This record gives sequence, C-alpha cells and structure tokens, in this order.
Amino acid sequence: MWAYIVRRLFIGVALLLALTLVTFVLFFASPVDPARYACGKNCSEQQRDQARAALGYDKPVYEQWGLFMKGVVAGRDFPADEELRAAAPEVVTHCAAPCLGYSHLNSSTVNDLVKEAAPVSISLALVALVMWLVGGVLFGILAAVFKGSFIDRGIVGLTLVAYAFPTFFIAVFFLKYFAVKWELWPYPTYVSLADGGLASWLGNLIVPAFTLALVFMAGYVRMTRAFMLESMTEDYIRTAKAKGLKQRKVLFKHGLRAALTPLVTMTGLDFATLLGGAIITESVFAYPGLGLLTVQASDAWDLPTVIGVVVLAGSFVILMNIIVDISYAFIDPRVRLG
Amino acid sequence: MTMTDAAPTGPSTATDGSAPLLDVRDLQMYFPVKSSGLIRRTVGHVQAVDGISFQIESGGSLGLVGESGCGKSTTGRLVTRLYKPTDGSIHFEGRDIAGLGPRQLKPLRRDIQMIFQDPYGSLNPRHTVGRIIGTPLEIHDVVPKKQVLPRVQELLEIVGLNPEHYNRYPHEFSGGQRQRIGIARALTLQPKLLVADEPVSALDVSIQAQVINLLQDIQREFNIGFLFVAHDLAVVRHFCPEIAVMYLGKIVEIGERDAIYQHANHPYTQALLSAAPDVKQAAIGGRRERIQLQGDVPSPINPPSGCRFRTRCSYAQDICAAVEPPLLQIGRRHKVACHFAGEIGHHPAEPVTAPLLGVDRHGDRVPGTDPTPGLGTDSGYSDTWYDFPGRRMVRDESA
Amino acid sequence: MDNFLSVRDLRVHFPTPDGVVKATDGLSYDLARGKTLGIVGESGSGKSVSSSAILGLHRGTNAQVSGEILLDGTNLLTITDEEMRQRRGKEVAMIFQDPLSAMHPYYTVGNQIAEAYRVHHDVNKKAARTRVVEMLELVGIPQPDRRVDDYPHQFSGGMRQRAMIAMALINDPSLVIADEPTTALDVTVQAQILDLLQKLQREFNTGIIIITHDLGVVAEMADDVLVMYAGKAVEYGPTKELLTHPEMPYTWGLLSSVPDLTADVDEKLVPIPGTPPSLLSPPKGCAFHPRCRYKDQVAGDLCVTQQPDLTPGSRGPGHLKRCHLTDPTVPNEEEVARS
Repeated sequence: MWAYIVRRLFIGVALLLALTLVTFVLFFASPVDPARYACGKNCSEQQRDQARAALGYDKPVYEQWGLFMKGVVAGRDFPADEELRAAAPEVVTHCAAPCLGYSHLNSSTVNDLVKEAAPVSISLALVALVMWLVGGVLFGILAAVFKGSFIDRGIVGLTLVAYAFPTFFIAVFFLKYFAVKWELWPYPTYVSLADGGLASWLGNLIVPAFTLALVFMAGYVRMTRAFMLESMTEDYIRTAKAKGLKQRKVLFKHGLRAALTPLVTMTGLDFATLLGGAIITESVFAYPGLGLLTVQASDAWDLPTVIGVVVLAGSFVILMNIIVDISYAFIDPRVRLG
Repeated sequence: MTMTDAAPTGPSTATDGSAPLLDVRDLQMYFPVKSSGLIRRTVGHVQAVDGISFQIESGGSLGLVGESGCGKSTTGRLVTRLYKPTDGSIHFEGRDIAGLGPRQLKPLRRDIQMIFQDPYGSLNPRHTVGRIIGTPLEIHDVVPKKQVLPRVQELLEIVGLNPEHYNRYPHEFSGGQRQRIGIARALTLQPKLLVADEPVSALDVSIQAQVINLLQDIQREFNIGFLFVAHDLAVVRHFCPEIAVMYLGKIVEIGERDAIYQHANHPYTQALLSAAPDVKQAAIGGRRERIQLQGDVPSPINPPSGCRFRTRCSYAQDICAAVEPPLLQIGRRHKVACHFAGEIGHHPAEPVTAPLLGVDRHGDRVPGTDPTPGLGTDSGYSDTWYDFPGRRMVRDESA
Repeated sequence: MDNFLSVRDLRVHFPTPDGVVKATDGLSYDLARGKTLGIVGESGSGKSVSSSAILGLHRGTNAQVSGEILLDGTNLLTITDEEMRQRRGKEVAMIFQDPLSAMHPYYTVGNQIAEAYRVHHDVNKKAARTRVVEMLELVGIPQPDRRVDDYPHQFSGGMRQRAMIAMALINDPSLVIADEPTTALDVTVQAQILDLLQKLQREFNTGIIIITHDLGVVAEMADDVLVMYAGKAVEYGPTKELLTHPEMPYTWGLLSSVPDLTADVDEKLVPIPGTPPSLLSPPKGCAFHPRCRYKDQVAGDLCVTQQPDLTPGSRGPGHLKRCHLTDPTVPNEEEVARS
C-alpha cells in the first residue's frame, strides 16, 4: 500500500513538472509580450527592455522554468534580475519554498495571492459539493426506485432543464431576481469564516454554491439513477430478495453501495477541479477566489500568477486522484492496491 | 525408436512413417506475476502450461480435456500462436513456429485457424456475415475480388446456412447459427489445422449435436487436423480418437479413446471420468462409484513439488512429492504420468517408475543407478513400451 | 403421496411492445417432501421463470402471473407481498447458477449468510455468526471460523457454491430451488456439490427443484423429471422411466443429441433440427412440430393445427406426455434400431 502511494506520488510530481513546462512554453509561444503589459501603456522601448529584464522574461524559457522549479523546491528572491536585486536591496522580496512566483502586477508573491483566494474557492466548492451530492444521490435514487413513473420523469426532466441553461445565465438570474428584484436573499458577498462566523459564511455562500451545484447535481442525478438501475439488475440483488430481505435493505445495503462506487471517482475529480476555482460562478458573483484570480491574471498577461494557479489546481487534481484510488481499496474488497 | 534413446531432437515420426502435422515438444507458457513494490519486479510465474508434448497427424484430432485452469485453452492459443511460448517447440508441417515473429506468422495464419467458445463475442457486430467470412480471403489475396462473394456463399452453404444471408449481421442469427458463422470464417482459408476452444459449450443441448456433426463432416471432407479443447468428456470422446488429459499445466495421461475411457491409468483421469454425470447409466440406476476429489486445484503460481496431483490423490506416497513422474508409454498408444499408474483397483503398492528413474520407493536417489535419459519427453509413440503389470518391455508386433 | 408443493396451471406472461411473451404457459406439477423434481429445458423454455414465480420474484415487475402455487396449502400467488417476503429464504430458498455474481462482492460471505438467518430469526450478531460457522462446516468448508470473514472473491468456485447452499439451508426451508447449480463448475466440483445437496436433502428432508439443461445432472439427482418446451410441459414423469423410455419426440431428441460415455462413437449424433421457437409467436398446434421428425406419422395435419393435451403416457402412473403420436413407442423403437 505505501509503496503504491509513493509510486503514485512520484508519477504525480512528474506530471506537475510536465504541466508547468507546458504552461511556460504555451505562454512564450504566444505573440503577446508580457513585458509590454507589465510596463504600461506609454512605455518606451528601453523601459520595456528594463521591465523585461526585471521580470526575468529576457532569459530563455528553460532557464525561467528552472528558476521557477528552484523556487518551488528552495524558495527564491524577487525581482528575478540579480543586478537589480544588488542595486536596490530594499525592494527585494523573499518568497519561501514552495514559492509559486511573484506577481509584479499585484506587487505580491503568488503564494500570498493564492492564500487569499483559495479559501474562497474551497468554501464554494465544499458547500456546492455537499449540495450536489445530497441532491444528486437523493433524487437519483428516487428516480431509480420509481422508474418510469411521473416522479422519475419529472426528475429526469428537471435535470435536462438544469443542463440546458448555462451557469452564467443561472447565476445572473439568481442575482437579479432573488437578490435584487424580489430581495428574497441578501446580495451575496464573500465573508470568511473567521470574519463572519458560520452563519454569515454559509448564508453568503448558499446562492453561488447552489448555482455552481445545479449543473453538477443534474449530472449526478442521472448517473446515480443509471448506476442504481444497473446494480438492481445484478444477480446479488436477486439473491438478496430471495433471502427475504425487506425492500429497503435490498435497496440500500445491496443496491446503493455498488451503485455509489463509480460515483466516488466522479466526485473526487469534480471536486478537485472546482478547488482550482469556479471561473464563471466566481466571476458573476465577484467572489475573489482562484477562478477570478486566474481570469484577471490571464487578462493582464500576469504569467507568474497563472502558472502558480495552474500548478496549484494541478496538484489538487493529482492528489485527489490518488485519494480516490486509495479509497477504492476500502470501498471494494476486491481491489488490493499493489 | 525406443524409450531409452528418445532424445528430443527433431520431430519424431509417427507410426506410419510420415511426419505429423503438428508436433509439440516440451511446450511451456509462464505468465509473469509482478510485485507491488516501487519497482515492479517479477516475483513469480503462473505456470499455465509446463512442458507438454503431443502430436496431431494430418486429418487427425486430439482432444484436450481438463478442468478450468489446467492450461488447455492456453495450449490452444499457443498452437495458434496467439501467445508466444516461453519455451519449447511447435513444429507445424516440420517447421518450428514457436519463435516466429508477427510477419513470419502471417502465412501460417492461413493454415492454422481457431474456433471460439462464444460465437457472439468473436464476431464483429458491425460487419455483415459476408464481410466477416470474406475478409480473410482479401487479406491473404486468395481469390480475385470478384470471386469473394461466391466463395462466401459456398462456405455458408457448407456450414448449413442460407447462402443468401451473407448481407445479414451477427445479431440476426441464433447462437447455433453464429457458431456456424465462426466455423465458416475458420474454413475460409482452407486451414490444415483447426483449434476449437470449447466450440459447443455455450450452445443449447439440441444445438450442440448439430454443430458437432458439422465439425465432423468438415473434418472428413477437408481432412483438417483438430485440436479440440473442451471440458465435456462425452463430447470429446465422441469427437476425438485421441485424448490428452491435463492437470495444472501438465498432460497427465494421453492416449487412444479406449485407453483413456476404458483403461484410464491415472488417478486424476479416473476421478474425472467418475465425476461426469451420465444419463444412461444413472437412469438405469447403475451409477458408477464416484471418486471424490478433496479440496481445490492448487495455485499454478506455486504448484506442488513432484507430481502436481499428489495433494488430492489418494494413492500419493513420499516419492510423489520428491520426483515428478515422467509421461511414460504404457500401451501401443497410451501414456501416463504416475508413479502408481494402474487401472482402478489395480494401482500398484510400489512406485512402478522408481527403477526407471534410479530412485527408491521414497524418491531418494539410489547410488550407482542413473535415471533413464529423455524419459517422457517424446511427443509421439514408440513401437516398444514398458508394460507395468508385466514389468517388462513390450514390442508392438503389428508395427 | 404427501405433496407439500402443488403448482397448478401456472402462467407467467410478460407484456412487451411486440406482444405478450408467454414464458410459462399452463404449468402443473407436484413435489413431496424430501423428493427432487428436475425441470429440464433449453434457454427460453420457461424453466427458470416458472421457478422464480414460486419465490414471488416477479412481484413488482410487469409480469402477469396466474394459476396456483400451493405451498403447504397456502396459495403463494394470492398472499400479500409482506407474507411472501416472510416466506422467502425461510420456507423457500434458492441456489443460483453463478455463485460469484450471486454474492455481493462488498460483503463477507459470513455477513451475507448471517443476513439470511437474522431476517427470519430474532438473534444477535454473535449468535447468527455461530450458526453461520456451523452451516459452513456442514457444507464442508475447511476452517469455517476463519473463512466466515472472507469475501466471495477469496473463495474458489466450488466453495462459493457451498456457501450459497449454506445460505439457502440456514433457515431449514421445506423447498429449495436450485437453478443450474453446477453449470458454472468443473465436473469434479459438480460431483462434490451434487453429493452435498443429496446428503443435506436426506438430513433436512428438503424438497428440491433442480433446474438444468443437463440431463446427466437430472438423471443423478431427480426423482421426477419435467421436460419443458416453449413455456409448456411436454413430458413429465419418474426419472428412470422418462429417461429410458421417452414418449415425446423432444425428450427423445434431447437424449439422442448428447453424446455419452458409453455410446458407439461411430454413430453420428442425432440432433434436433432447427432452433427453439420464439415465445412471442410460438408455432400453431404443437409448439415442437416444426422440429419434429414424427409429425408425418400422425393422421392429417393434427400436429400443425391442434395443440396436444398433456395426457397419460404408458410408463405407469404419473407419466404424462404432450404428443399426438398414437404409438408412443416410436422413438424408442428407433433407439433400439440404432443400438
């Protein structure tokens, strides 16, 4: 088991290395000069070159990548240009390992930016996860149990509706009608757990989290329904019925457990993706999470921030993948990791 | 050729002097088992097939019986070269095909064809029957394009299907008809050897007989050699004049139909035969005494030392754990691998193989004696053999 | 004879968009305590469907079931779902074909057997476990106190089927339905399982219905045989008589189409021509007539137009056949001529 985890972690690290490299190359392959953005609008050729040197963009890609990796492993100092650091020691910022970079645009290390944004995304993802899992599995089971009835058709129909509307539309709809027009709910703004306490944190999260959860819920309803219907045709269900078990026990002990197993993988990956930021939801509700951070950073060609978030989001996905695989060893006794 | 000088060199000649169609010697297939460490080492092998030898003559058929995991299907796949054997030789028409690469194998695919158990799973559901049967013709450029369809229809007729149905898809046929399609496909290239892996076990009883009869007709008409892999003892007996019984990757007994079914010498063959339910005998109340085997088949990763059957054998003694019994010829066309070979009720008290192997009754080496070289490695039969009950060499006078 | 199970005119029909599938169509039989009935037929003959109806497994589906299933005087088709549930596993238990898929992969063998016990007995977990270990020992599982905590995939095929038998017998049911109990097993294991079933039957005095396509299994296990074709019984009677002197061409065809261990190998097998009929539109008249080689010996086109009734055969009381042939020995004479 441990050997398996270690091996998976090694592969994960290799994947992350590849991921950062690809991000670097893609950025530099684009015709846009990030130094021009950093320098501002009325910027002379000379100033731009200075900015480029200060940001370290004058170095070849592999060298920049090497510096970035050094920062992740050992930490590094900014600005990237050594001469500049020597000339003006007072502007030097140290970024401790694992250093994700320094955003010149925000005059802050990427670590600090992420530290502020990540809790927002995590909160949003967490509340949404609970919503879509509870809703998705519950309605999925209901639809499966009453297969073919009006309950089933109603639920399946609603999932289609949820699928059909784009997230930004739903988000705007909720904001405009629920929060502004009918004032059913206070206009949601992010309040951290530490600042506002549980009630305020949760209360402000409900509308955006629900928006986010809705499309996932639709998918999970359909998957739960399909897996449940499939598992109810298994031979062991017939055995369970033949034993004289009550329908409830057949359904939940024998049917549901097998049906939920494939959902674990989906849940893990979906959750991991959301941890890296829900771009549309965060943008519409102006929640300062990783998604919003990414959007703003890419708009401004703020390479360090984009790379930092990519690495972080990538780590979430890779880590969650490993956790999902390990959890299978506990869910399914036939799976022996090794 | 006698037993004493049966050095396993080239393919030996069959009794009639001509080279056999297929000559398999010391065939071995080990599947590696990987460890769970950081570096995946090979920690063991599934010894699926471990040193088996047999021959099939042109137009002859050998039945391979045994229970699941005995290696009979693997053997079939080795002969068709779907697997590459770990060791050993497979001489087909005198040429060793065991080590050939994919390109060299292509012409061979025409000569050796396979029929599978599951007729549905082995037919592409998106191709018409005409295409399924005709594709091999095109791949191998056997007939001009224009003659593909007539040939397909001819084949459909041979296997008893309506030749006009070449445009239909596999799902439009019943299980028995699908197996006929599989047979037609195998026949397309006029093979010399057909490996049939459980060709009737997925079919309904009333359909099985149709397919068996069809296979028999085909064999006679086209003089095709058969390796017939099946678990059903009665079906194999009906189809094959010669039968090999396998257990845990080894042939434990091989011989003519009567030798196996009337004069089985190996305790496993005897148990297998006694376990097979038989309608006629049971219905008239004359149920045979059943030999109960205890426990399960051991793991092929760590097979028992010596004789692999010894853990479940009621005749096993010390020697069985110490020395592996060689597959010895005990009749004109009958070989058995057992230290205590004998018909039911006539198993000897002393290991009959001990003198030949240079060991005592416990399997310990007797100083000054050497095991007879090359014991039990010949794939064919010899004109002389050791008669166990008489304890002497016997010569086949008819030869 | 003391029949504790009587099935009368059982019909299980499945409405489909293409029409009604008459999986079982008017089936009647009896079973006495401690006796074994073999139901033989090919796939789609309705042999499994009719038996799941005894357990009420069709309830909650769109199947239309009619007739009577009397178990100790109670009609199982008219009792409530809850009354049926209480009988399942307690009075009627079932053994399935493939013990690997018939057991839940996520729960231990012990857990699943204990569940069968506790649903009908008000005992705590510990007592149930003791009883499970007892049963596992009885069905011949070595080290039952250790193996009870194993998962199904850790058992061999034969052991899994033993465990299924333990599960079926733990409540001492009066009737056990074994649906192809040995089809997925090797012959030597099959022999072990059949012997075990017979031993336990004597011990518990259980009535057994064994559903199989294998006449050899029936010959060894069953006291009576019921041969099914296209949802109907075509021949029914004592095993020995029926398998040695069949009077219905289909039964005879089944017997002559399987090779046995003593037959003359130079004889060709005599297969039944054609394929089993569709249950959606079974042939008019006798369902077997398109495949029957004797319909010419029946006057007129009776076989094609009129369905024969199940009438007494000539092999003693309890022998029934569904055939228009006036001379019931015709198939046997051919058999004699052949050998």
